[in-house]
Amino acid sequence: MTAVRSDYVRPVDFRHGYVDMTHGAGGRATTQLVDELFVRAFDNAWLRQGNDQAAFEIGAGRIVMATDAHVVSPLFFPGGDIGCLAVHGTINDVAMSGARPLYLAATFVLEEGFPLADLRRVVESMAVASREAGVPVITGDTKVVERGKGDGVFITTTGIGVVPPGVEISGDRARPGDRILVSGSMGDHGVAIMSLRENLTFDTTIRSDTAALHGLVAAMISAVPGIRCLRDPTRGGLATTLNELARQSRCGMVIREQDVPVSGQVLAACEFLGLDPLYVANEGKLVAICAAGDADRLLSAMRAHPLGQDAAIVGNVVEDAHHFVQMDTSFGGRRVVDWLTGEQLPRIC
Amino acid sequence: MKYIDEFRDGGLARGLASSIAQEAAPRRAYHLMEFCGGHTHAIARYGLADLLPANVRMIHGPGCPVCVLPIGRIDNAIALAARPGLILCTYADTMRVPASDRSSLLKAKARGADIRMIYSSADAVRIAEENPTREVVFFAIGFETTTPPTAVAILDAQQRGLRNFSVFCNHVVTPAAISNILESKDVRELGTLPIDGFVGPAHVSTVIGTEPYEYFAEEYGRPVVIAGFEPLDVMQAVLMLVRQLNEGRAAVENEFTRAVTREGNAKAKALVAEVFELRRTFEWRGLGEVPYSALSIKEKYRAFDAEARFDVTYRSVPDNKACECGAILRGVKKPADCKVFGTVCTPDNPIGSCMVSSEGACAAHYTYGRFRDAAIVAAQPASAAAP
Repeated sequence: MTAVRSDYVRPVDFRHGYVDMTHGAGGRATTQLVDELFVRAFDNAWLRQGNDQAAFEIGAGRIVMATDAHVVSPLFFPGGDIGCLAVHGTINDVAMSGARPLYLAATFVLEEGFPLADLRRVVESMAVASREAGVPVITGDTKVVERGKGDGVFITTTGIGVVPPGVEISGDRARPGDRILVSGSMGDHGVAIMSLRENLTFDTTIRSDTAALHGLVAAMISAVPGIRCLRDPTRGGLATTLNELARQSRCGMVIREQDVPVSGQVLAACEFLGLDPLYVANEGKLVAICAAGDADRLLSAMRAHPLGQDAAIVGNVVEDAHHFVQMDTSFGGRRVVDWLTGEQLPRIC
Repeated sequence: MKYIDEFRDGGLARGLASSIAQEAAPRRAYHLMEFCGGHTHAIARYGLADLLPANVRMIHGPGCPVCVLPIGRIDNAIALAARPGLILCTYADTMRVPASDRSSLLKAKARGADIRMIYSSADAVRIAEENPTREVVFFAIGFETTTPPTAVAILDAQQRGLRNFSVFCNHVVTPAAISNILESKDVRELGTLPIDGFVGPAHVSTVIGTEPYEYFAEEYGRPVVIAGFEPLDVMQAVLMLVRQLNEGRAAVENEFTRAVTREGNAKAKALVAEVFELRRTFEWRGLGEVPYSALSIKEKYRAFDAEARFDVTYRSVPDNKACECGAILRGVKKPADCKVFGTVCTPDNPIGSCMVSSEGACAAHYTYGRFRDAAIVAAQPASAAAP
């Protein structure tokens, strides 16, 4: 008769194993996955307590909360993966209010059959991103759906932060005469992802710009506390973000094509894919609007930060009952920069 | 970017603009039709209208392959996609074209049809190879530029012995459409469509060459300048047309010499001639039935012809009554002349096909140029509206 060692649990096989339905059933397998992967990777006092929620104190100021679902495909791409993206995306949404992000919550929807090795890679990347940003993941949840009902892994993260007193940043505060700034080159993330998409594979050294921007935001606020609007131009790119801000603030905008930073590689890729870089997603860039008199000071503060080295003043807020975003083309004409319609469609002839 | 920036140089553009302004005779008007949607797009995207004097007017032609597809052909494609097990492969622009009963390929896909957006006809062949138990139909559309790749796909499928691959052929030809416009009542009798010259297609001409346009210059006395799709190409072509008109000449000139020859691409033309033949007639949105204006698959390749294989029957469907796509495609009206433009018809909810493709006249004007309409409206005093 063989003796069964008490409390022995065979470790999760992260090298050859796959997610199965038991990992989401709430039983031992679930707890084991949580302990051996999530708690270990994100390690902090809240997770170690093992509660279904995390309790924490928050200092004075307005609390900001944001949530973001991440469904990127492919899961791994040049410059990042869904894990670090899920951390950066939500930190940035919180930070665009001027807030200091404090804590994150994360929900994983796993597909049956997803390799545990890939899951570990994603979670460890998330843990690194969260540590680098100084924003811990303090609570979370894991669910498993049947094969074919997900796409490997979907991650939803929710973030909480606090806005320092005196900071009033909101998308409806742009005023005619204000200046529009961007923190760096546009379109890197979208092109990096597209370079790997099915039947589009092309060689490029473009890497996703995915990054947590709260450090840059803090530097900007300390230079210009009166920043009016901040937003990260993710899906839909700069064009969509400016249209959102123009609509919220009930004004128009005019940007100058030659002042919008776009890398040569992104331009070239967009050219042959029939895309406009103004509509391509970013994950580590922001748009800022401030009073004209503050613009140079804000620009210097941005350029002094590693994530804002290529920052530029790209245009002005103007009065316009139609809330058009327009662009003076480098060719000498003027055109509308409209909302993104449908998906980005390539030209066919 | 090497080889692209050179053709988008603002300084050169201003130089060309001032030459055009100097040479265009102030007492006459120059009505120039850019046939091709690629030019329509470039004109709108770079704001070229701002660089031209008021008496040089660009008229948008019917050269947008998505725009000219009639509703009935989209209905056919949706019916094909609804067949159990069938995979329909299509270029992305056709997905949102409105069909009958408020449907579209995009909506059919959402309802469960297996419709795949592809970038190349070779992708359709690959999908057929990967799905040997399923029928795969390539919804082929476009002018002479996209026809040779479709021919290659059919020959490739034959060589691979694919029995589950076929093509729903909707390829159309450029010269027939130009003839149709020049022969139309609007041009010949009513004078509602003044056309003094043509900016000829870029990519189409790389295939067919400049020779097919000589007929229009000689027979109809209209100068044609073949131009590339870069904004400077278009400006240069406009200047060349203005000069020809000033000199009373009507010749075919080639601005796009870096890609177009008189004979075109012999290999591509041979491929097309091997696989396709002219249809006796084909319905175009806007132009109606146009004789010998489209291609069908030759009997020899009937096995790859989806129309024969699935017994596709065509039923003509009239356009939405409020939609002016027809007149806009003929150049008779401008997008802003249409009552539904920018109100119920927008790129997000297109009523007519011109609002769908980025090469469509309405979509290009809506997306890039509609602030000009707004400026006109805003400049009018409120009392101007009163009778």
